Amino acid sequence: MNPHVLREGAGVLAVAIRAEPRVFAVSVLGSALYAATTVGTAAVLGRVTEQVVLPAFREGRTTAGALTGAAAAILGVAFLKALGVAGRRFYAGLMQYRMQAAYRRAVTRQYLRLPLAWHHRHPTGQLLSNANADVEAAWAPLAPLPMAVGVVFMLVIAALSILLTDVTVALVGFLVFPAIALLNVAYQRRLAPVATRAQQLRAEVSEVAHESFEGGLVVKTLGREQAETERFAAAADALRDANIAVGRIRGLFDPILEALPNLGVLAVLLIGSMRLQSGAMDAGDLVHVAYLFTLLAWPIRALGWVLAEVPRSVVGWRRVRGVLDAGGSLPFGDAELPAEGAAGLEVRAVRFGYEDGRHVLHDVSFATGPGRTVAVVGPTGAGKSTLTNLLVRLVDPADGSVLLDGVDARDVRRGGVAATAALVPQQTFLFDDTVRGNVTLGLDLPDERVWEALRLAQAEGFVAALPTGLDTRVGERGTTLSGGQRQRLALARALVRRPRLLIMDDATSAVDPQIEARILAGLRESGAGATVLVVAYRKATIALADEVVYLEHGRVAARGTHAELLERSAGYRNLVNAYEEAEALDGGGLDDVLDTGEEALR
Amino acid sequence: MTALSETAAREGALSTLRRGLRLSPEFRAGLAGTLALALVATAGRVVVPVAVQQTLDKGIGADGRYDIAFIRGAVALCALAVLATAVCAYLMNVRLYKTTEGGLANLRVRAFRHVHDLSMLTQSGERRGALVSRVTGDVDQISQFMQWGGLMMIVSCGQLVVASVLMAVYSWELTLLVWAAFLPLAFVLRRFQRVVSAAYTRVRERTGDLLAVVSESVVGAPVIRSHAAEERTAARVDRTVEETRRAQTRAQGLVALTFPSSELVAALATAAVVVAGTLLGVGGRLSAGELVAFLFLVTLFVSPMQTATEVLNDAQNAIAGWRRVLGVLDTEPDVADPGADGAVLPRGPIEVEFAGVGFAYPGGPPVLHDVDARIAPRTRVAIVGETGSGKTTFAKLLTRLMDPTSGRVLVDGVPLDRVRFSSLRERIVMVPQDGFLFDASLGDNIRYGRPSASDADLRLALTELGLADWLEGLPAGLDTPVGQRGESLSAGERQLVALARAYLAAPDLLVLDEATSAVDPATEVRLQRALDGVTRGRTALSIAHRMSTAEAADEVIVFDAGRIVQRGPHAELLRQGGVYGDLHASWIAQRAI
Repeated sequence: MNPHVLREGAGVLAVAIRAEPRVFAVSVLGSALYAATTVGTAAVLGRVTEQVVLPAFREGRTTAGALTGAAAAILGVAFLKALGVAGRRFYAGLMQYRMQAAYRRAVTRQYLRLPLAWHHRHPTGQLLSNANADVEAAWAPLAPLPMAVGVVFMLVIAALSILLTDVTVALVGFLVFPAIALLNVAYQRRLAPVATRAQQLRAEVSEVAHESFEGGLVVKTLGREQAETERFAAAADALRDANIAVGRIRGLFDPILEALPNLGVLAVLLIGSMRLQSGAMDAGDLVHVAYLFTLLAWPIRALGWVLAEVPRSVVGWRRVRGVLDAGGSLPFGDAELPAEGAAGLEVRAVRFGYEDGRHVLHDVSFATGPGRTVAVVGPTGAGKSTLTNLLVRLVDPADGSVLLDGVDARDVRRGGVAATAALVPQQTFLFDDTVRGNVTLGLDLPDERVWEALRLAQAEGFVAALPTGLDTRVGERGTTLSGGQRQRLALARALVRRPRLLIMDDATSAVDPQIEARILAGLRESGAGATVLVVAYRKATIALADEVVYLEHGRVAARGTHAELLERSAGYRNLVNAYEEAEALDGGGLDDVLDTGEEALR
Repeated sequence: MTALSETAAREGALSTLRRGLRLSPEFRAGLAGTLALALVATAGRVVVPVAVQQTLDKGIGADGRYDIAFIRGAVALCALAVLATAVCAYLMNVRLYKTTEGGLANLRVRAFRHVHDLSMLTQSGERRGALVSRVTGDVDQISQFMQWGGLMMIVSCGQLVVASVLMAVYSWELTLLVWAAFLPLAFVLRRFQRVVSAAYTRVRERTGDLLAVVSESVVGAPVIRSHAAEERTAARVDRTVEETRRAQTRAQGLVALTFPSSELVAALATAAVVVAGTLLGVGGRLSAGELVAFLFLVTLFVSPMQTATEVLNDAQNAIAGWRRVLGVLDTEPDVADPGADGAVLPRGPIEVEFAGVGFAYPGGPPVLHDVDARIAPRTRVAIVGETGSGKTTFAKLLTRLMDPTSGRVLVDGVPLDRVRFSSLRERIVMVPQDGFLFDASLGDNIRYGRPSASDADLRLALTELGLADWLEGLPAGLDTPVGQRGESLSAGERQLVALARAYLAAPDLLVLDEATSAVDPATEVRLQRALDGVTRGRTALSIAHRMSTAEAADEVIVFDAGRIVQRGPHAELLRQGGVYGDLHASWIAQRAI
């Protein structure tokens, strides 16, 4: 382990100690008590042997007082030791869990604060492990830390205690204990990279399984179970090999670490009995030192545990800091937007590209007055969804600006844009919560408002038919809803907020045409008075719009009313008339189509 | 039956342990050797107390004369024994890790495969994370037990036995005394362990909730952001974080109470041994060395007691892990592969027949009633109907993602459940509405159904589907990374990839379930036309709510409330009116301006 990592690790621990000085102090105090009493136990036993046991054996008699004293001394020390152990363990845990909780809160809050562009740069799995495994790793050394501090203390007392007993025998201790400590360091140095690798492979096994199960339907429909199993087996085998490598290192060092103090005791016996012969020490001293070696063998390894956790802790801490220090948080202004009436929208020379170098929008401009409806139309991959994200400020444009009621969205106070505009995205996300929770997202709204929004979204019928209505759990653990039903819940989620600007990104693609028609009619009749922007392919939807913005390859290729664009833009014409043209070319039943179509219109 | 098996959840712990161990025959390989090594390694622990006793009693005579030669010999012998013990412990560890890791890796793979073999309904009834943990965390718990807890259990028992035997050799009276002190502790610890284990179960549950909430706040970030639900989400996170912390602190408190109790009992035993031992010594029934050795031996009792609660926790976790893995393996797939006994269909255009087919989701009302239909080879069929009319169920039965509750589905005259999966999946491929993509390049995703396809094959397939222009427009062509779940592409683009993937697999029957719902009309029409061309001579079936698909098909099947209500070519159905007439009218109305 290089000194740099060690220094950084110490810095991490210092952060925790500064945050919880009192808890740390109590746990170290407990540990010191434990250390002192551990050494004390051996000393007491040594004294009892020399002053009570051996005389009794030599003289063939003993007194009740001597025996009671011996028992009291042993029990008294043990009581203090137990107190020390309990205090150390409890407060060390308390500190560790408090730090974990504090940083989990901080990391998640940061997720909620950072802009979506930052989210796009980081895979979901990584963000989850930042908040969970990394926070845990960062504070993992806190559990054995007080013990380690206590052990240092204990070693000092033990060294003094042995030195006071006999200098020659103490030399054995000064050989054995540093050897254990050094071996521990070597152990952890060998183990750390292998254990880290095993940890990474464990994450990989999990990722493969997660992706494979998530794509289970594709695996099934293409009959790829065997290939997937082989992919998983490769990851599982790599993990197995890494675990065996960990086992080899453990298997090598653990027995040596156990044997060393035993060899130490044997050396003490050998040297000690020679010193005994020369009268430099007594049998009680010998028992005391030998017992001390047995007692110290285990706690001294706590030093190793702290050292073992340090590299992982440093890596975890760096990752956590990476999240907490991430800049580029979305700045907010303090401009207020009006609370009532439809919003005005203007998009001015907006340009946007993703991190991977794909330029999605170039110089997009258009505007619409309050209460009007705009349709955004364009081929697959033209940048329509990206544009809707810009309008509700999920991302900011690289150039240009989005203006709501004439105010740059970046100047609006926090929460102001969301209070004004609501986006119904193409892909619906439902929380593992009740229908009510999914619609209100925690806003305190009366049930009538929720039902009203559900009615408008044509979701009232199926929600009422759910086993417990608004209280039915949906999402991963709850009732499974069809794609169209999920979309309608997402729409209700937007409508319940009575937005002044409603943005629907192909938000009814999984809804039957008949139901969609009812939704659109409802929206128009409700006179919600919102400005509406819809991304759509269906002509009936486009027909609702006062104006159409036709996007092609991220540029506004044409703007105007539907009729104007049909005349002016060949691309637009091809797109929206694709079905009719297909029929004309196929020729099949064209007359019938037209007849029925006209009938339907009348 | 679509839920996972409950057998393991109901049976006793020992039965689960037995069945769990039987799952991995690898564990038995060389077990006797490993146990023998463990025994030697355990026996080695009494070397030091024996050495102390021998030195004190024989090396240091009562007359104050020292037998250094004896001590040297004894110490050398004991040192050898200590080294031999270390070597045995090393060999035992390596063997243990090799056999257990080998067995557990195979167990993981078996459970993984079994999850894929379960029917779509069983899979979708479970939380994804829970399924993943059955091949990861649950197996890790077993591994932890096999390499630590289980071993500790054996070593600790061995240690207690060896120490007891040796103690009895020195003095049976004192041995009884030590047992009398520790036996009640064993019972107390057993009770404590139940409480501690319950506390840890709570910690795990809270941690699971915490992960779920954090995960939602990451995955649902756009929704939270666009509706300004940050504060409320943060409050929810705070609550689960706090609940987790409280559970952790409580469990820690219990452990902190349990742990020192063994220290106290050990001290009690030590004090009792000193008092009683001295009295016995006075009576001439015990030597000083024996008494001191006894005191060392008492320390051998402490560590098994201290680790007992953790070992029992470990054992319980392992049994819970086995229980969950067995829950997967015990579940008979309700849509099973007939395997080697099954029929292999020769390649060529497919004929499909539904004979009196009915279907109901488990515990739900019937969604298909008595469906009879024959789809002739080489026909292109469109399925239409309102949401919930049974279209998708029909497609899932046809691709054998589910089996009918009544009636039969036949392919080329062979009952579908008699056809080998390998043959079935090669010949019939379905493209679902939400085309899942793997986190790989575009090319690898398209190649997924036919791994042997070259880049040229992929380009040709995309060209045949009229998607060459789209491919040209991508920054890195076939090497474009699609991101997690394909999220770097738009929803429409993902559907294009899913379609190309199925097309490249070259099935004889292609089933499209709203496979182009997010694609723009011009691209859809182009695709439709391309598909018409390339599927000519094959059987194709598509579900769509865009009626253009129905108009282009050879035949249309109309579903309403779980029954086929109309069938025939578009023109004929249009003349009939009925349900199809209504569907078509609303489609036209939508398009007209």
